[in-house]
Amino acid sequence: MPEKTYLQAISDGLRQEMRRDERVFVLGEDVGVYGGAFKVTVGLLEEFGPWRVIDAPLSEIAIVGGATGSALMGLRPIAELQFSDFVSCAWDQLVTVAAKQHFRAGTPVPMVLRLPSGGGFSGGPFHSQSPESAFTHVPGLKVVCPATPHDAKGLLATAVDDPNPVLYFEHKHLYRRIKGEVPDERYTIPFGKARIERAGDDITLVTWGAMVYTAAEAADELQAGGVSVEIIDLRTLQPWDKQAVLESVAKTSKLLILHEDTRTSGFGAEIAAQVVEEAFEQLDAPIRRVAAPDTPIPFSPQLEKAYIPQVEDVASALRELAAY
Amino acid sequence: MTELDFMTSPQSGELGRFLQQMLLIRYFEQQVEERYRDAEIPGFVHVAIGQEAVAVGACAALAPGDVITSTHRSHAHALAKGTPARAVMAELYGKVEGCSRGRGGSMHLYDVERGNLGSSAVVGGALGIATGAALSFSLRSEPRVALAFFGDGATASGLFHESMNLAQLWKLPVVFLCENNRWAESTPLAQHSPITDLTQRAQAFGMTALEVDGQDVEAVYRATAEALAHARSAAGPVFLLAETYRLAPHNVGDQQEYRDKEEYELTRATQDPIAKLRERLALSDERFDELEREAEAAVADAVDFARHGTDPDPQTLLEDVYA
Ligand SMILES: Cc1ncc(C[n+]2csc(CCOP(=O)(O)OP(=O)(O)O)c2C)c(N)n1
Ligand SMILES: [Mg+2]
Repeated sequence: MPEKTYLQAISDGLRQEMRRDERVFVLGEDVGVYGGAFKVTVGLLEEFGPWRVIDAPLSEIAIVGGATGSALMGLRPIAELQFSDFVSCAWDQLVTVAAKQHFRAGTPVPMVLRLPSGGGFSGGPFHSQSPESAFTHVPGLKVVCPATPHDAKGLLATAVDDPNPVLYFEHKHLYRRIKGEVPDERYTIPFGKARIERAGDDITLVTWGAMVYTAAEAADELQAGGVSVEIIDLRTLQPWDKQAVLESVAKTSKLLILHEDTRTSGFGAEIAAQVVEEAFEQLDAPIRRVAAPDTPIPFSPQLEKAYIPQVEDVASALRELAAY
Repeated sequence: MTELDFMTSPQSGELGRFLQQMLLIRYFEQQVEERYRDAEIPGFVHVAIGQEAVAVGACAALAPGDVITSTHRSHAHALAKGTPARAVMAELYGKVEGCSRGRGGSMHLYDVERGNLGSSAVVGGALGIATGAALSFSLRSEPRVALAFFGDGATASGLFHESMNLAQLWKLPVVFLCENNRWAESTPLAQHSPITDLTQRAQAFGMTALEVDGQDVEAVYRATAEALAHARSAAGPVFLLAETYRLAPHNVGDQQEYRDKEEYELTRATQDPIAKLRERLALSDERFDELEREAEAAVADAVDFARHGTDPDPQTLLEDVYA
């Protein structure tokens, strides 16, 4: 199987969807000649032309509104926002209109919103956020956060097939750093089905996105001390694979939740609440969360490092849980 | 309106000072490019090479008490509004001594004390703030004006149109200064705007519009002074269109594959606002070299200051989230 970067996997996925289904088109700022802010759409304009690769002006709310309306009419738009942060500019069309369309009118909105998210390169407060949790709170939206190249392509295909608005969060820090095997042929990965990044017996660690790699490094450290950590990569947050988490907790009795977004009302809180509701007796230790502190994401590299959960933060939380 | 004395003594007068400021900005931006390429400056960085005359001419026309808002391409605005080069450079380096204490970086320069309400890394994002500042001036009958810098690309955003509408409806003392450098990242004006004459945007609201050659610092100064006088007299907001050029890539690292190489080189050769002013002032080579060296030294000092700045203490991360 060919090795691909995370970025290439998304790019290949887009091309494959567009070749397969004429209704699929992409729109966003600088997605044409430029190939997108992160070069994910490079080559699409040449292959599919300007009617299916649409350079839009600086109008996030109209881009999302346009995607919503064209999806209503049966097309399959894949809209790109240059940074997931700018989804705030489009909030109304996404949260008020697209999310509630099917409930109100019974009409599906099969659109995908590609949202480059996450920090780690001093993008500053408006170019580094991980806003996925906020959208899990909005009934009607689906939220996808691939961590591997394989999942990135498979989940994109599922997102295109899905009749609902899907927020596809692609982590910027993984784009060129992460490589993996990606099949050439089309495949889908079901939403709500977690991936066991590694099996273990002592502690369950639930995470997603770029934090999967932080978790893995921390788990390596614990492994050296004889503690085995099971890492669950949720892949999608809405829907999320509660069953996989409950099964793992039944085995380990200890749970750590890790996310790059801020702590308060982050999706970790929801996971913790549901595990307590359904598996309270299984737990041998208080559930722990490692997340960003409740502050905007700072620019300075030193502050940003203190903000984004680091391997040491995760390892020490795991050690505390192991010792409990 | 401040009177200029350049007609009598162009070299010692205002225009000479404008040239010094423009050179400072030019050298600052060139250093930023280099320091960024050497990985000393992190993040995303947009320089204003080619647009120095707009920042300098406009800020020079402001009265004490007037405020500005800025954009992602913000170094020139901050420097022209009087923030020391040291404080701007230190911010780009993420240091405590930076004008945003290292928390914002290149796209988040603030200096509220000096009347810079800040840049917005969300394109068009500061237009609402400028309108709100003008609302406060209007409500309190203060003779102050808010001037908002923004690019041609920002005129596609909803907030631009909503702010323009409110400002005109309520006759607010705000100057909307559009720096039309003909590009929004890789997208040329013709591809992001259905009209090429952007003053038509103002006409839609019945707003007074002025147009100026953004490569001519004196013209920018005069046009801004006129716009400010109009706004200050409670006659309503002004849309001031500065036709300018982006003589650099969108951000440092952008390869500009989308831009015609010949056009780019020709524009650089013919539309440099500093070369134009130099010619205008008929400066001797010696004098110009001297001014260049001054600017170079000031920027070298700023880089040195920034390099030796203090890294923020991670313990301070949670400070100031709330007032
Ligand atoms: C809301 C929003 N969308 C997209 C971006 C990414 N972006 C940064 S600058 C830019 C182009 C801005 O063009 P213009 O307003 O003309 O300013 P210029 O860069 O030419 O100075 C884009 C698309 C952003 N920062 N904010
Ligand atoms: Mg522009």
